[in-house]
Amino acid sequence: MTNGAKPKTARDGIFVGAAIVLIAAMLGWQTALIPSGAIYAEIGPTIVPWIVTALLCALGVSIIAEAYFGFWHVDKEHGEFDRASLAWIAVGLGLNVALIGVLGFILASAVLFACTARAFGSMRPLRDAGIGFAVALIAYAGFDRLLGYQIGDGLIENLI
Amino acid sequence: METLSFLADGFAVALRPENLMWSLVGVTVGTAVGVLPGIGPALTIALLLPLTYQVDAASAFMLFAGIYYGAMYGGSTTSILLNTPGETATIVTALEGNKMARKGRAGAALSTAAIGSFVAGTIGTIGLTFLAAPVVGFALRFGPAEYFSLMVLAFVTVSAVLASSVLRGLTSLTLGIFLGLIGIDLQTGQPRYTFGIIELLDGINVIVVAVGLFAIGETLYQAAFKKTGSSDILAVTGSLWMKASDWARSWRAWIRGALIGFPIGAIPAGGAEIPTFLSYWMEKRFSKHKEEFGHGAIEGVAGPEAANNASTAGVLVPMLALGLPTSATAAIMLSAFQSYGIQPGPTLLTTQPELVWGLIASLYIANFVLLVLNLPLIGLWVKILKIPQPLLYGGILVFATIGTYGISQSVVDLCLLYGMGVMGLFMRLYDFPTAPVIIGMILGPLAEQEFRRAMTISQGDPMIFLERPLSLALLVIAALAVLGPVLWRRIMNNKRKQEMGTA
Repeated sequence: MTNGAKPKTARDGIFVGAAIVLIAAMLGWQTALIPSGAIYAEIGPTIVPWIVTALLCALGVSIIAEAYFGFWHVDKEHGEFDRASLAWIAVGLGLNVALIGVLGFILASAVLFACTARAFGSMRPLRDAGIGFAVALIAYAGFDRLLGYQIGDGLIENLI
Repeated sequence: METLSFLADGFAVALRPENLMWSLVGVTVGTAVGVLPGIGPALTIALLLPLTYQVDAASAFMLFAGIYYGAMYGGSTTSILLNTPGETATIVTALEGNKMARKGRAGAALSTAAIGSFVAGTIGTIGLTFLAAPVVGFALRFGPAEYFSLMVLAFVTVSAVLASSVLRGLTSLTLGIFLGLIGIDLQTGQPRYTFGIIELLDGINVIVVAVGLFAIGETLYQAAFKKTGSSDILAVTGSLWMKASDWARSWRAWIRGALIGFPIGAIPAGGAEIPTFLSYWMEKRFSKHKEEFGHGAIEGVAGPEAANNASTAGVLVPMLALGLPTSATAAIMLSAFQSYGIQPGPTLLTTQPELVWGLIASLYIANFVLLVLNLPLIGLWVKILKIPQPLLYGGILVFATIGTYGISQSVVDLCLLYGMGVMGLFMRLYDFPTAPVIIGMILGPLAEQEFRRAMTISQGDPMIFLERPLSLALLVIAALAVLGPVLWRRIMNNKRKQEMGTA
């Protein structure tokens, strides 16, 4: 075998195709759960979901085949993968979900802002949190008070 | 002449002080988000969708129209000064515009883009004004079968033709249709694809998907794959006033660009990328200064910018006349109509004349405001461009939170938003287009409705789609659009093999 190991991009393609087939399988499972009343036997609520499931499955298989035969290309050039940055954003988003109900939008946003800034290379967390606080405060005033969004209560929100 | 009196009524609506204010705000916000790399009009309008619960329809659409036009213009500033296209449609502008800026002619490049946008945007809007009614007249003959086939054609063109890979485009679209089907089926009351989660019974809000894919996805992608070496922002050099020779070289390019951009935007293939590339290619061919192309030829900025703006107006033709969105922004505007309980389609023009003509009139106004506002404010746009990345993306995530949490206060929605962001990251990583997801999500349920209507009429016989000539024709075109490029490549490969065999 001269080409024993598939190139990395081909493995990527097979992985992506497999993920799509997996999603299609999940859709199939959910589609099977939709009760299709007898009156609507032929044109009921399940027919389009079945088409979507079949289409997605076919697309996933096609992508696997495409990758297997070496036609999978990603023309876009990515920069270098930066795991630490991604982790910082994940931490920020996680904290936002955890804190937004307890502390309110403004404080949770300041934390999210600081974590995101850190992910993009800023080394001044206190300054960033301050800016984030100001941005969130202005955004809250504009959207909640002026435009009528319902951003909810919080420690700071209740003070103003 | 009926059209003109409707348009006059439209101006009466659009020129009301509060509506003018919304238009002004929209144009300014739109230009700002157009200038910022990574965020665009679709995301911005999605974030502002909850406004539809607060203000009347006319005002909301003035705002959205302003954002839509403003963002198209703002993108060109980024392309010229930063060489990082803010929007995909302005890639071509960066080719010549950035070279001009490097030669100290940034002022002229920005001017030809601004004036060209105004000229072409106005031509496009005039086209929209006079084309909308005839298209409606034609569409009134459509039955459910024709509508379904037309939607299939739109699906195929927006996902397969415009994407770099047919398979990936169609996959994005299908995922979008799936997201659109989540929730209670309106015809039978059956829950679909809810995975037992109560919050999903109402379906997923398009805001969550759009903001997740565009804002969170882009931020995750930029964080995970930081470009090494920052690109420098060029100073605005040279006079903003164009020289006589600049005018002489620009005006034909503007007109040609508009004439390419508007029709391509108006056919269901939509998209602003193809007309800009076509216009660039055409200008290069017709130019008396071919040697300047690649080194800062002003025609190479004037033509594509004009094409871009004219196609923006063109996209609104199928959107307003047929209820058929062919860009992510148009799809989100369609969902704004839906949240007012208005179903866009051929009857829109007769049931909501004030709204439609007001919207069209506001496009003329937005164009004019852009021309007056943009060049004098160029210093402000440059400042926006200089916002450092850490603060820019921090801000984007904060605003993204508002768009979802601010309407439902639901942590489930917040998690869905971030889930969509992760999906957006993978899609960017493997070069799946994101716009078809939004189009599929909005248009999918409408297509299903027409499909089931047609099937009910035919008593379950799918041949109805092939027996009606217009429907058949649309489906054949759709099939050709998918298979055409594949067959073409195969034929060319065979040819090459034969040539190699005989050589």
